Amino acid sequence: MFRLRLVPDNTNIQFMRGRHAGLIVSAFLSIASVVLFFYPGLNYGIDFRGGIVIEARTPQAADFASLRHTLTQLNMGQVALQEFGSPQDVLIRLERQPGDDAAQQVAADKVRATLAQEIPGTTVRRVEAVGASVSGELFFNGMLALGLALLAMLVYIWFRFEWQFGFGAIVTLLLDVTKVVGFYAITGMQFNLTAIAAILTIMGYSTNDKVVVYDRMRENLRIYKKMPLRELIDRSINETLNRTLGTSMSTLLSILPLAFFGGEALQDFGIVLIFGIFLATSSSIFIAAPILLFLGENRLRRNAPAENAAPAANPTP
Amino acid sequence: MLYFPRWKIFLIVAICVLGTILTLPNFFSRETLSALPSWYAHSRVNLGLDLRGGSHLLLEVDMGAVIRDRVEGLVDSARTQLRNDNVGYTAINPGDRGITVQLRDPAQADTAVRALRQLANTIGGGPLGGGQPDLEVTANGGSVTARLSEIALRERATQAIEQSIEIVRRRIDETGVNEPTIARQGADRILVQLPGVEDPDRVKRLLGTTAKMTFRLVDMNADPSAGRAPPGTDILPSAEGGRAQSAYVIRKKVEVDGANLTNATAGSNPQTGEWVVNFEFDSIGARRFADVTRANVGRPFAIVLDNKVISAPVIREPITGGRGQISGSFTAADANDLAVLLRAGALPAPLKVIEERTVGPDLGADSIRAGLMSVGIGFVLVCAYMIAAYGLFGAFACFALLVNTVLTLAALSLLQATLTLPGIAGVLLSLGLAVDANILINERIREETKKGRGVFGSVEAGFSRAYSTIVDANLTTAIKMAILFVLGTGAIKGFAVTITFGILISLFTATVLVRLMMVSWLRKTRPAALPV
Repeated sequence: MFRLRLVPDNTNIQFMRGRHAGLIVSAFLSIASVVLFFYPGLNYGIDFRGGIVIEARTPQAADFASLRHTLTQLNMGQVALQEFGSPQDVLIRLERQPGDDAAQQVAADKVRATLAQEIPGTTVRRVEAVGASVSGELFFNGMLALGLALLAMLVYIWFRFEWQFGFGAIVTLLLDVTKVVGFYAITGMQFNLTAIAAILTIMGYSTNDKVVVYDRMRENLRIYKKMPLRELIDRSINETLNRTLGTSMSTLLSILPLAFFGGEALQDFGIVLIFGIFLATSSSIFIAAPILLFLGENRLRRNAPAENAAPAANPTP
Repeated sequence: MLYFPRWKIFLIVAICVLGTILTLPNFFSRETLSALPSWYAHSRVNLGLDLRGGSHLLLEVDMGAVIRDRVEGLVDSARTQLRNDNVGYTAINPGDRGITVQLRDPAQADTAVRALRQLANTIGGGPLGGGQPDLEVTANGGSVTARLSEIALRERATQAIEQSIEIVRRRIDETGVNEPTIARQGADRILVQLPGVEDPDRVKRLLGTTAKMTFRLVDMNADPSAGRAPPGTDILPSAEGGRAQSAYVIRKKVEVDGANLTNATAGSNPQTGEWVVNFEFDSIGARRFADVTRANVGRPFAIVLDNKVISAPVIREPITGGRGQISGSFTAADANDLAVLLRAGALPAPLKVIEERTVGPDLGADSIRAGLMSVGIGFVLVCAYMIAAYGLFGAFACFALLVNTVLTLAALSLLQATLTLPGIAGVLLSLGLAVDANILINERIREETKKGRGVFGSVEAGFSRAYSTIVDANLTTAIKMAILFVLGTGAIKGFAVTITFGILISLFTATVLVRLMMVSWLRKTRPAALPV
């Protein structure tokens, strides 16, 4: 009977051989991401920066040049126009207007009126206007959510496993999150509330993945009492490889439609999650496991070094 | 372990059937729904504004204005009180949170403190008394300060926000919007959600007006163009265009307050055909109106709305019936809106829109279509993979996935939770995550089979060994989503809700339901080898 196997059964890949390479590459990418976070920085959406987004559908294909000219004359700072979906769909982004929160409203109304006047028949399909006080709070809450999530994961894994596992998972999670931020910086995708949801989802997925691999390691620690940790980790990863890749595949397949048909709002979300799935899957193997190996070499294997040196030290008669 | 008692089978099937029944109203047409009992017809998922179209407005009450109002009132009443108590003063200066009185004679400080204490309102306390004054009055040499206390400020804010919500609700009800949501958010904010409203401009205009109406006398002796108002008066601009003068000098003293109105309607004057607003006073308002008009025949009487003079007609005769009319070159819409505002009452302070998110209904419909298509394709892809990888057991997982989606919808319907666009993404993502449990179980069963365990033994071990892993893996995601739910806003909450339900329900569908299916199949066919 045919069965789709993503990897052959009974693999014995020595993943821990690549542990230095994995950690170095990961550290490099994460540092690069942090640098990118500061320069050139993220493309913050209006959720976090304030400002106005208007989505309009014009009766004919939109004339971007004249539209840009008209809107620029309103003197409202930089106007970004973007086509998406069809040539009739225009996304207009305005920076946060100087003045108080009410200034956003005034500006949004002005754009609406101008559109109605210049291109009769235009329908405004969506308007979002966020003032400074709200955007500040949304940003704070978003960052708070990320911080709390990290903390909650640390506590949870710490309780369920030994501390080495908790530490390994959190460090890996931090490395993962920085890379996702770097991904936003490189692609220039809007960093907004949806991005926070995406990062939390990737964190959830990544932890999920780590927990499964860790679970197997813990189980194997009990079964193979004398196996060196490095071999044991490799074995655990190999044993769970089909599951790890299988779940990545099923999640990937469920996300793909979002990236293709999700529309303006969900498309970015889908793309980031696809990136996140690759990231989380690889970091389970190349980051979380090596960290555990470094931390646990002498601790998780209580008698391991002694056993390796002198197997006779086993006290059982 | 592999034996299911009859009652358990019954319970599992009952849950699935019940879930399906609860989900069905989501797919019925409007006509079918109206024929159903209402408790059942209401078991539907609420569509978020981003899916059905509508407007989300976050309003902020201007607390500064609330305090300023009270301070200004304090200046007036202090002036009267001090005069009555024969306390001489050179100046009364308003500050941020209170007033400072400069006394002519520092020896009168004690008298002044006593006088100002009488101006305090009592906060808190029950019918038996108690509570405390809202003013802190202190003397400092030749000056006396009366400040609103911290508690007073908080109390004022609470009052203002509660009153504002009430007024906002009344005003929005008048516009005929269906099922609006009006809720307090934080200390000084009001969230207004208006489903189906495509152009929120009219609502925003209605909410952006304080609608504080007062009837005050015009000071005939002063010239509004002089630039400086004589003591006890304000120079207020005119809201009328055309022949009317552009500003008036209006006495500060409020003769009749708009709060005494009982009704206001728009109508047209049969003689001139112009639009007017007719109003009626309650008994107190009617009496005061009668007194003032009797005493001031021949003088202009100004109707002031939000510090603009709507009109200042000359009183021709005393008006004793408690009815009146405001004319002021209105259009029909203006007159209607003014009537709505007057009926609903004045806001204690201006509101400003600090966040707006409006989605047109056709975009919402497009989003639903895109969402449903994505979920459908996602479902097919995941199922195809599961069957390709695990055969019959994969098919079991797919069926469980279907039930999972149905039960998630049922949970959302039962709680009347709101489904948003990110919520659809959540449904999709939980499709991928939910089968994780089955992948874990199936992989375990394979391993056990390879170790040479028998058919039943492998299945049993597969489930029991995978179980704690599944719980660990899913709980971590659920914790994150709980955090997102608490801290997220609006549409993002919908994402957290659907994922959480999807994952928690998958604990049931992916383990219990699938196990039941596998065991039934094993008992029936008694296979020699497992098809994983």
